Amino acid sequence: MKYLCLIYTEEAAAAKMSKDEIGQMMAEYGAFTKDIQASGKYVGGNPLQPISTATTVRVRNGKVSTTDGPFAETKEQLAGYYLIEAKDLNDAIQVGGRIPGAKIGSIEVRPIREM
Amino acid sequence: MRDLVDRTYRDESRRVLATLIRLLGDFELAEEALHDAFVAAIERWPVDGVPANPANWLVSAGRFKAIDSIRRRAALDDRAPEIERQLAELEQHEHAFAQDGDIGDDRLRLVFTCCHPALSADAQVALTLHTIGGLTTEEIAHAFLVPTPTLAQRIVRAKNKIRDAAIPYEIPDRTELPERLDAVLATLYLIFNEGYSATFGSALTRADLCGEAIRLGRLLVELLPEPEALGLLAMMLLHDSRRHTRTDSNGDLVVLDEQDRSQWNHAQIREGLQLTERALQMGRVGPYQIQAAIAAVHAEAKEASDTDWAQIVVLYDVLLSLGGSPVVELNQAAAIAMRDGPERGLERIDALLARGELEHYHLAHSARADLFRRLGRANDALAAYKKALALTTQEPERRFIERRIAALRD
Repeated sequence: MKYLCLIYTEEAAAAKMSKDEIGQMMAEYGAFTKDIQASGKYVGGNPLQPISTATTVRVRNGKVSTTDGPFAETKEQLAGYYLIEAKDLNDAIQVGGRIPGAKIGSIEVRPIREM
Repeated sequence: MRDLVDRTYRDESRRVLATLIRLLGDFELAEEALHDAFVAAIERWPVDGVPANPANWLVSAGRFKAIDSIRRRAALDDRAPEIERQLAELEQHEHAFAQDGDIGDDRLRLVFTCCHPALSADAQVALTLHTIGGLTTEEIAHAFLVPTPTLAQRIVRAKNKIRDAAIPYEIPDRTELPERLDAVLATLYLIFNEGYSATFGSALTRADLCGEAIRLGRLLVELLPEPEALGLLAMMLLHDSRRHTRTDSNGDLVVLDEQDRSQWNHAQIREGLQLTERALQMGRVGPYQIQAAIAAVHAEAKEASDTDWAQIVVLYDVLLSLGGSPVVELNQAAAIAMRDGPERGLERIDALLARGELEHYHLAHSARADLFRRLGRANDALAAYKKALALTTQEPERRFIERRIAALRD
């Protein structure tokens, strides 16, 4: 079964990280990604640029409205994602829990709807 | 024959359901299969005779009906290849339901699945009580003071989550087990309480639910002898040991200090006391262990007058330090009244009510009434009993209060 692991972290806190801390975090992400690629669980994944680069598009009654920023103001913001293959929710939770961002933020684990 | 089937339903349906859930991999499918299996039993057993192992027969019949039903749906469904695969898997597990060794109680798998942290706490409790405890939606709704449709929705959503997010039907591995255990203990405690003092109708206790909670408690202790699991089991055994003396032959309530202690289940008391001691020796005190210890103090008193109330008050202090609640404070107030006299108890209860806690809790008012009664303050007692009566839903408790009121008027 496929699950999307959405990585939410507080951008403000992340921005306060030192160069060393950032380096450490990136190394951990690198190691984690290699690991789940090797185990066949990795389907896809990307870090995202910060919410200052986000744009939200809505179409209502045929009218397109474009606004600056994420869809809503939230305490933690979407920082990246992994698309994984897992046996069941427990398996997916195990993987999600090992994402480095889980230590400082929240990982939402959502099953993909198979069409 | 109908009686036998009814009894079989009461005794075995939960175990059969748990196994069907494992075999069929789906709660809804398993519940339909269970229903179909019992329909088949009513049809076949009068003709073929009652099977030697009714539970196995029912699992087999349920599985057969489910496969049949899946096959019929496959004919109408364009997901036929996936369904055929599902059928093939099912048909391979011919005797998968045979009693085999691995911590293989399907009810335990069911408990851990129903108490999965991916489900909300409310959903865990509702699903466990419904699926494992066999309570109706209405009974559970009443116990939690929510409307029945709300509770029904809660259960449906929980089953949907299990299916859609693929929560696996398994017992957690050793590393996750302790944390997963807390949710399970809380749920078992609720089931026991429901059985111990039914919130519905005229029966004060429902022995089968207590027995079920105790049975699951024993399995848990075997699997994971954690102090709180032992504590919960001990507490349930000690409370249950008094079950037969809580009501008289008229179904009327008998209070603790009037119960015939020779009729308490002393074998269960011994087991409860041993478990309490064993748990406390592990040196990781918790609320269930303390509640067991309080029950143990009562159990050890040969007569009500021998009760060591001072020790009970101290144990309540410990319990409150672990995380109190107004109800615990109320129980301590009653113990304080026994140790220091009714006025001291009244002070505590009045303080609780003044804080706005327990205003709608019938036992707060009946406890207060009882203390007034002991002080000879009949009018105050009457007023408090009337408040309690207005808040009581249980028949035996209502009758008890009415008797007290009648006695005061004489």
